[in-house]
Amino acid sequence: MIIGVIRESQPGETRVSATPSTAAQLIKLGYEMVVEPGAGAGSKFADQAYVAAGAIIGDALKADVVLGVNAPSTEQLDAMRDGATLVSILSPDLHPGLAGDLSRRRLTALAMDAVPRISRAQSLDVLSSMANIAGYRAVVEAAHAFGRFFTGQVTAAGKVPPATVLVAGAGVAGLAAIGAAGSLGAVVRATDPRPEVADQVRSLGGEYLPVEAADVEVSATGYAKEMSGEYTARAASLYAGQCPDVDIIITTALIPGRPAPRLITAEMVASMKPGSVIVDMAAANGGNVEGTVPGEAIVTANQVIIIGYTDLAGRLPAQASQLYGTNLVNLMKLLTPGKDGQLVLDFDDVVQRSMTVVRDGELTWPPPPVQVSAAPSVPAAAAAAPAASPVKKPATPARRYTVAGAIAALFFVLAALSPSALQPHLTVFALAIVIGYYVIGHVHHALHTPLMSVTNAISGIIVVGALLEIGQGNAWVTALSAAAILLASINIFGGFAVTRRMLSMFSRS
Amino acid sequence: MSVELAAQAAYVVAALLFILALAGLSHHETARAGNSFGIAGMVVALAATIALAVHDHISGAGLALLIGATAVGAAIGLYRARVVEMTGMPELIALLHSFVGLAAVLVGWNGFLRVEDTPGGAAARALAATATLGIHHAEVVIGVFIGAVTFTGSIVAFLKLSARIRSSPLMLPGKNLLNLGALAAFAVLAIWFTAAPQPWLLAAVTVIALLLGWHLVASIGGGDMPVVVSMLNSYSGWAAAASGFLLENDLLIITGALVGSSGAYLSYIMCKAMNRSFLSVIAGGFGNEAGPATGTDYGEHREVTPDGVAELLAAADSVIITPGYGMAVSQAQYGVAELTRKLREHGVTVRFGIHPVAGRLPGHMNVLLAEAKVPYDIVLEMDEINDDFDDTAVVLVIGANDTVNPAALQDPGSPIAGMPVLKVWEADDIIVFKRSMASGYAGVQNPLFFRENTAMLFGDAKDRVEDILRAL
Repeated sequence: MIIGVIRESQPGETRVSATPSTAAQLIKLGYEMVVEPGAGAGSKFADQAYVAAGAIIGDALKADVVLGVNAPSTEQLDAMRDGATLVSILSPDLHPGLAGDLSRRRLTALAMDAVPRISRAQSLDVLSSMANIAGYRAVVEAAHAFGRFFTGQVTAAGKVPPATVLVAGAGVAGLAAIGAAGSLGAVVRATDPRPEVADQVRSLGGEYLPVEAADVEVSATGYAKEMSGEYTARAASLYAGQCPDVDIIITTALIPGRPAPRLITAEMVASMKPGSVIVDMAAANGGNVEGTVPGEAIVTANQVIIIGYTDLAGRLPAQASQLYGTNLVNLMKLLTPGKDGQLVLDFDDVVQRSMTVVRDGELTWPPPPVQVSAAPSVPAAAAAAPAASPVKKPATPARRYTVAGAIAALFFVLAALSPSALQPHLTVFALAIVIGYYVIGHVHHALHTPLMSVTNAISGIIVVGALLEIGQGNAWVTALSAAAILLASINIFGGFAVTRRMLSMFSRS
Repeated sequence: MSVELAAQAAYVVAALLFILALAGLSHHETARAGNSFGIAGMVVALAATIALAVHDHISGAGLALLIGATAVGAAIGLYRARVVEMTGMPELIALLHSFVGLAAVLVGWNGFLRVEDTPGGAAARALAATATLGIHHAEVVIGVFIGAVTFTGSIVAFLKLSARIRSSPLMLPGKNLLNLGALAAFAVLAIWFTAAPQPWLLAAVTVIALLLGWHLVASIGGGDMPVVVSMLNSYSGWAAAASGFLLENDLLIITGALVGSSGAYLSYIMCKAMNRSFLSVIAGGFGNEAGPATGTDYGEHREVTPDGVAELLAAADSVIITPGYGMAVSQAQYGVAELTRKLREHGVTVRFGIHPVAGRLPGHMNVLLAEAKVPYDIVLEMDEINDDFDDTAVVLVIGANDTVNPAALQDPGSPIAGMPVLKVWEADDIIVFKRSMASGYAGVQNPLFFRENTAMLFGDAKDRVEDILRAL
């Protein structure tokens, strides 16, 4: 089959659905590639680069599979042939007319933005890959518009305080923004209705500001959903408190298939310091900020800049095209199980089913909901609990006291019955046992063998007994003592030497 | 300051140095200093003792004999320490234990000859003056008993560990009765000896103790050797302490008690690692009562080639190696270390998971890996690594069996049920290096081998590791 890469019709779109390198990967899957002349121009990929990768320059709309970034224009759709497959970002919920239009054309249409949020589908999740770029770019745009450093400095010309950045929404875009702003040196705070993201925020160096409310939750799709009235009120007071304090606000709050929630009101904007910057990443969907103009940067009466660019990802075109192209390659791998250039759409696969808007002219939207494992309502599969195995019961306190008491009594009897000459020795003996126990108690497991060999050497101290008896008259005693000295000396010298040899082998990486 | 007082002071210093030595051995950073403290303590103690002996008018011949015996012993000891293979460490330690045991027997007999056998002698009169002559009798017989048990027990452990005799447990009928009978006979003879010391009584005690030590260790199988070796270590300490009581020497008492209690504690750690009581280890091996689990169909095992393992390792991001006695037997530690080095160069996280009773000596695997220059900070204990297996791509099980047996946790009817094991089966892929499908020491079949994510690599571990290295 032939895959066509079209030139984007939407004005201002800089991305392209395949780069030379992803084109080569698609060819490896057994497809032929046709690229429309100038398709990669916006991302600085020349036609020759595609040819070098093995593609042909020609009429991509006549291909069996048409790859695009945005939904094609009506003229482009008219030029496609019957039975072809269209893959692009379609946003069927936001453009209900488009799905109907597609279904009248005997096409198959897959929406890249409808990939379910399950682990297996992450490699084709274009929302994540684009949001990551957009979050980074939002910080860059803010830094560009902001008339100050992000990082704090102490210079000969005076002290510069660090910029304070508030990121609303810690999804993929929000986390990317937190990371980018943090690495520029700003103090970063972040809010999100989902408390479980607090750790992710902290891991990127941000401070998580929780909204104190009872009903925080996650929808089954893994995205945030619209919150209750009480929650909204509390969140509003949080933002109202933050606005006068922060220099940069980056809002990323989106709810799939719904207009973006209004987080920052005009009064809050008015309370900000002059020169502050707001980047509204939800501008395309109505904006999180009152007064956002989609696609433009405006300056309010109190000199706050509100950036409402809707093409943040497209402002890094080469990167965005590469990631989007890789998402498409991963999709085509899924759709080409035989690696033979034949596209097979499997409706039993939840990923493919969820993405399909139209199949052969038949409207299949909306798909059945997918339960995502990220939702906390799904209990973790309980590991098969080992059946009650015969593990020893820990000693009960009563039993422990009894044993301790018995031992104490035994020692008492032993010491009381022994003659006074023996008692100092017994004292020393008992104390040495206790010391031995505590000294050994913390031995590193790797040192058990050296420990044994050193205790072995030390117990050669028994030689003392023989040393004191040798050569004191009795020939038998001297002979036995000499033998004992010989044996104990082997122990002492061998034990210490082998310990030293072992210890010298232990080394750290 | 008399020589006696100076010697006593030196003994106190030596005792403190020994405590410092053991404390130093607790951590890698201080271990070498600990060994030096031990040597210093020994030098102080020996110098003081020899000074004391010279002060006591040791004969010229005696002094020459003393120096000669020490020199010969030192030469033998240093030579053995230099040439011993690290895989042969358990044998050497067992053999050294036997020397302490024998020395304790000799010291005990010396005490008998000096006091009990010469009733009119100066030593006997001095003891009688303080009414401790009876105590001395008891000390002699107890010291000889412990020393003799340590001696033959260690000899058998040495023979088993060096494969000079079969390591399977000796199963005499009524073995527990034999042990108890020997103990009872010892008690009777000891009381008799204390009341009326006779040479033949002490000889009888010696013989009984020698037989008891032999039988005790002979009826314990190879897999329990870590417990046995640390137990013998403990016995050798108690033997030294008993000699200390006999000689009224606090240094010997302190040192013996230190060694005795440390060995006992190590035995306790080992027993806990097998979820067994000390008594059940002493009383005999696994599987004798329960018998191997039979009749269960575990399914088919899957084989893999060294090339396949190399491929798997090259693609892995994290690898855990769990060695066992098999690695020591085939001397595979150098190959394993080389493999570790190569994988780490490729950015693979490689760690080792060591079960407390892996090998035949507490800490045996650590010493082998250290010998092959595996950095000790990637060699982790079971408890440190057991939760990490589910994030691990590949686990290499090299010559381990019972310590990675899932039946211990999942099958309450298994003879090893309840024993803590390394949860290797939670990893994505497990490669088991094994000579054949025979069951491990415990005689228990291992369901791990039949799991879907397990592949068997048959053959000598060393050769197979080298094959993998070539394929990488």
